[in-house]
This record gives sequence, C-alpha cells and structure tokens, in this order.
Amino acid sequence: MPGWLMLAMVLVVAGAGFWLGQRRAAGFVAELGTRVGVVHSRPNHHGWFVAAAAFVPALVVIIVWAMVGDRVVGAAVEAELPPGTVPEGSLERVAFLADVKGVARGTFAAGFNPATEAAAAIWRAVEGRYSLLAGVAAVALALMGALWALTRLAPDFRARTRVEGLVMAVLILASTVAILTTLGIVISLVFESFRFFQLVPVTEFLFGTQWSPQIAMRADQIGQSGAFGAVPLFWGTIFIGAIIAMIVAVPLGLMTAIYLTQYAAPGFRAVAKPMLEVLAGVPTVVYGFFAALTVAPLVRDLGLWLASWFPLLDPDTVTAQSALAAGLVMGIMIIPFISSMADDALTAVPRAMRDGSLAMGATTSETIARVLVPAALPGIVGGVLLAVSRAIGETMIVVMAAGLAANLTLNPFDSVTTVTVQIVKLLTGDQEFDSPKTLSAFALGLALFLVTLMLNIYALSVVKRYREAYE
Amino acid sequence: MSVDMVNVAGREADAGRRPPKMTARDVHVWYGETHAIKGVSMDISMDDVTAFIGPSGCGKSTFLRCLNRMNDTIDGCRVEGRIELDGHDIHAPSMDVVQLRARVGMVFQKPNPFPKSIYENVAYGPRIHGLARSRADLDNVVEQSLRRSGLWDEVKDRLSASGTALSGGQQQRLCIARAIAVDPEVILMDEPASALDPIATAKIEELIDELRGRYAIVIVTHNMQQAARVSQKTAFFHLGSLVEYGNTRDIFTNPREVRTKDYITGRYG
Repeated sequence: MPGWLMLAMVLVVAGAGFWLGQRRAAGFVAELGTRVGVVHSRPNHHGWFVAAAAFVPALVVIIVWAMVGDRVVGAAVEAELPPGTVPEGSLERVAFLADVKGVARGTFAAGFNPATEAAAAIWRAVEGRYSLLAGVAAVALALMGALWALTRLAPDFRARTRVEGLVMAVLILASTVAILTTLGIVISLVFESFRFFQLVPVTEFLFGTQWSPQIAMRADQIGQSGAFGAVPLFWGTIFIGAIIAMIVAVPLGLMTAIYLTQYAAPGFRAVAKPMLEVLAGVPTVVYGFFAALTVAPLVRDLGLWLASWFPLLDPDTVTAQSALAAGLVMGIMIIPFISSMADDALTAVPRAMRDGSLAMGATTSETIARVLVPAALPGIVGGVLLAVSRAIGETMIVVMAAGLAANLTLNPFDSVTTVTVQIVKLLTGDQEFDSPKTLSAFALGLALFLVTLMLNIYALSVVKRYREAYE
Repeated sequence: MSVDMVNVAGREADAGRRPPKMTARDVHVWYGETHAIKGVSMDISMDDVTAFIGPSGCGKSTFLRCLNRMNDTIDGCRVEGRIELDGHDIHAPSMDVVQLRARVGMVFQKPNPFPKSIYENVAYGPRIHGLARSRADLDNVVEQSLRRSGLWDEVKDRLSASGTALSGGQQQRLCIARAIAVDPEVILMDEPASALDPIATAKIEELIDELRGRYAIVIVTHNMQQAARVSQKTAFFHLGSLVEYGNTRDIFTNPREVRTKDYITGRYG
C-alpha cells in the first residue's frame, strides 16, 4: 500500500471523526441549550478533538514507516534470497538492494546485476505485505483514536482547551525547526573545525599570513606545501565587505533615507521606496556578473590610467579582478538595506523633535543634522553593523569579481580573496574529507559564522535599546 | 550686556498700550478637503496673555500654528488670508520662515526636549541663529533663559545632563527656556500644561504670568480655570470659527454669545 493511500485513508477516518464529533456535540447543544457554560465547548472544537485523536497517532505510524520501511523490506528480502545472491561488501550490498528496489518499483528499466530481476519479484511481494501491515496499523490506530475520543465527549468535556493545546504544540514544533537547524549547523561546523585544528594549529590559522591550501597528493610533489594562515582572507573580507562596500553604501543609503523621509513628496516616496526594495530583491548572482563584466573592466582601466600618473601605483598590481570592483558593486547591493534601516530609524524619531527644531527657526537641513540624525544615530549604526555582517557573508559577487589570490594588500586595484570565496573553492568539485584542505572550509565557515553572529547580536541590541528610548 | 537685555529695557520703557503685535484678517485653513478654520480675524497684543479655548477639534491649535507657519510642515495643509507681524505679511515672499519662527517661538503640548544636554537644548536656537559671539556670551544667554524660565536653580549643577532625564514639568520649562533663548517677540503655547501634574502646571502658569509684558503670549488650553487664571484676553473657537474674542473677565462673567456661555458653564465640549 503506497504512502499516499495510507494518508488518504487516515484523513477519511479523521474527517468522519470530525463530523461525528461535531454532530454529537450539536446534540448536546440541542438538548441543553446555548447558555454559556452549559455545554463547555463549541461543536467544532469537539469535531477537531476527535479528528486530531484519529489523525496524530496514525500520522506517526505513517512517518515511521516512510523512514524505516525500505530498510525493513531490504532485510526481509535478503533473508528470503538464497545465500550468496547478495554481494558481501557493504557498498556493493547497498548498491544491489537499491537496484532491486528500483527494478521492483519500475524506476530502473533493468538492474546492473542479473540477479536483481529475480530479487525484484521477491521485493515486490515483501513490500506489499509489509506496507499493507503498516497501512492497516495506521488506519486501525486512527479508528481507535477516533472511537476513544468519541467516548470522551460530554457536555462538560473541555475540547476547546485540548484543541488550543494542540494548536500551541504545532506552533512550538514549527518554531523549533529553525532553532534546531541553527544548532545543527553550529554543531557540524564546530565538529569539522575541531578535526581541522587537530591537523593545523589554531595560531597558524588565526595569525598566519600565508594561505595556500593545496596539499601534496604525491610525496615528491613540489609547491604544494599547504599553508593555512587565514589573515589574507580575513583582510580581503574586511577590505571588500566592511571598508569599500560601506564607503559606497553608508553615505548613499543614508542620504537616500534622509531625502525620502524628510524632503520627498509623498507621491515620490510611494514610488521610490518600492523601487529600492526591488533593488534589494535582485539575485546576487546578477550583481556578480554586473561586477565581473561591467564594473571590473572599468575599474581596471581606471587603475591603469592612474598608474600612468602616479608611479607609486605599480601597473602590474592592477588586475581585472579587483577588490574595488567587487566592493563597489557590493556597496550598491547594500544601499537598499542601509537606506531602509536608516529610514526606520529616522521615522522612529518622534515628530515632536522635528517640529520643536523647526519651530525654533531651524531649516530642514539644520534639523536633520543637529536633531534627527543624532537622535537616530544608534538605529543607523545598528543598521550599518547589520549591513556589514551581511556584506562579509555575501558570496556570489566576490566569487565572480574579487578573484582567488590571497593577497595581503591595501591596493584596491589588486585582487584579494575572501572567506566566502575560499569556502566555495574548497568545497566545490571532488574532495576528501580527511584532508586539511577540505576541513579548512569548515574552520573558515565557523570564523565567519562567529563574527556575523556577534555583529548581529550587538547590532540588534543597539537597535533595541534605541527603540526603547522612544517608547 | 546682551542684545536681549537691551530689548527688554526698551519694552519696559513703553508703559502704555502698544499697537497689536500680530494681526490676522479673514484666515482660512484647509486640510485637504476639510475646512478647518473659517475666516478668523484677531489682534494679538504685546501686553496680554491671550488664551484660545474651545472644544476638541474646534481649530484653536490649527489657528495657533498659522501664526508661525508651522502648518507649512503638514502635507496638504493650505492657509489663506492675511497674517501680519508688526505690520508685515508673514506669507510675503520677503518674509523668511526661518526668521519668522525665530521671532514667533512655540512650546508644544508634550514636552519635546532634544535628546541632548540641558545646556545644548537651550543653546540650540542661539547657535543656529548666530546670536552669541563667544562662548561666554552663549553661557550668559543660556543662564538668562534658564533663570527666566525658573529652571536655573534646579539644573545649574547639571547642565550637561540629558534634557530628557528631567521630570515632565522641568522638561516643559526647559522647552520654554529653549524658546526664549532666541529672544522671540511672540511665544505660542499649545496646551503647555495638559501633560503635567497640578504642581508642575501651577509652576508653568506662574511662569507665564512672569513672562507677560516681555513677550506676546498666546496659549491654547482645554482648562477653563487655567484660561481664567493666566490670560487677559480670551478667544472662544467653535467648529473652526472665532465665536467670541474679548477681555477674559468679560468672557467668563458676561459672555455675549450663547455658545460661549454654554461651553464655559460646561453644557458641552
């Protein structure tokens, strides 16, 4: 019996339970009247209670079957086959059983191993037997649940409270998913990083200035020493995300917000704000090729032109993949983020402040510079910190425009690399999970995660404290 | 001697009744389609405290905000009619709204000190208008303004504390100090005591009485006793019209209009 059929049958039972429960409760109301307190819960609550009692236990059975079913069937098939049909090795055994399952269900035309044909017939029979058992169990449990619930119904039965409790349980479950996922991510990062730090000392990772993760595959290979000093990566990340991007985004975003909140006519604001939000919705890969194909060549030409005037700038360091190109485009990407945070902060300053200043004879720009921006500053700073944490975690633009060379340089025309770029580079393609090269990606990820986490926590606390000041 | 004190001496030398400081003639205000003020005419004297009374939504605050063109800051608000300050049309192109508001100060219903120090709050106006030539000059203006608003003794030891940390009544007197620091000629007060407790209210009322004669003061109030206590002239607004305007004593003891009498005796409003 396929899973969808089990689910459908259980739903039918639950639906019938709902109807019966509701009918039964409607009977109480007809008998005892509608006065408050005589019949504790509304008929719908009784209905939902019965439906839930039928559905929830049966659903558990269906989910468990979906998770362990294949393994149970596999083991049973193996037991029924003549000894020696299933290969010995663990990998071969799994592959054989997968083949058998595929052939049995018709997703594979034919198995790799001719023995699968015979085994598939057995699989079909066994699976039919076991799934029927599971289906019957689920439906029986649903029926029992519904009957049990129906016997509980009485005029003073508190179905309403039970249903409320169930709703709460579902909501708690839903909100736990995100939290547990975060926890899982952290644990996996910490675990793999720990393995990395067993191979490479923490001090080398945090303070080393040489990054070259290539590891020799043969003993006599040269130039593949493997150095894991992440400082050039951290610097590249900060240089692009926290310096160049912010030099672009903070003034532009702030001025945009000031114009939109203080000067713009309501009609213009109504058009301009959604347009900015559209900018925030552009996929970062689009920014990425804009950076790589349009901005980067312009920046390179500018760099070469500057190099012809200033001997200090070595033309050899002007590359097509530059920190400046990636930082500029990332700054553009961040503008809507900063402007919307600053917009919120400025609008949160009470109108009374603005009126008070204007009534003193201050002009609009004096009011903004002397009253509104200082009052909104914590909110604006919090917004900028959130933007920084977003920028340093941004991947696509830097992958496409910043390059891979781990240079420790102040020259914006030179290419630098970032933590995110290196993670992408280390984890795409074939990897072996016992080499420090692959594991270093997790250490980088952990470092990035910790920094952005702390930035976010600090920024949110700044924003929150500021909000409270104006309650 | 500061500029401010010369002016004061000049004003006090003028003993008799002076010509009206501000005059309004046939003023109309629209908020979008709503006709909020319907042809109000009035003279505001330097020698009196003028109280605006009337039920909520009668237009008294709106009219008050016309006098320093604060209605300009509201989208969709349109003002018609002629308002003069010392005989000059305040809507004329030659009248700069920045200077108008420096001459016609305002105190709001809810105390709104800036989130800056007490000193910086009072120094705000003198700074933006360049009224003080030196730091000592500015210190002097700040002290004078705080003294005049009766706050000096309470805050002289903590001028660098935040203005928002003061009590509600102190905040409101700080706002009055801030307004008089630019030495305005008219002070508009929009229900200045409605958010304060009775003791703070009494202090504000005393202060208004002390400031009388030095500035033309207009006060909007919901509190009939307050109007009777602090003002010499009273204007009663109803549904956007000026129903009655005259000496406070006459309005409260012998109103000409039935609507005024009904409002004052508490029939409605």
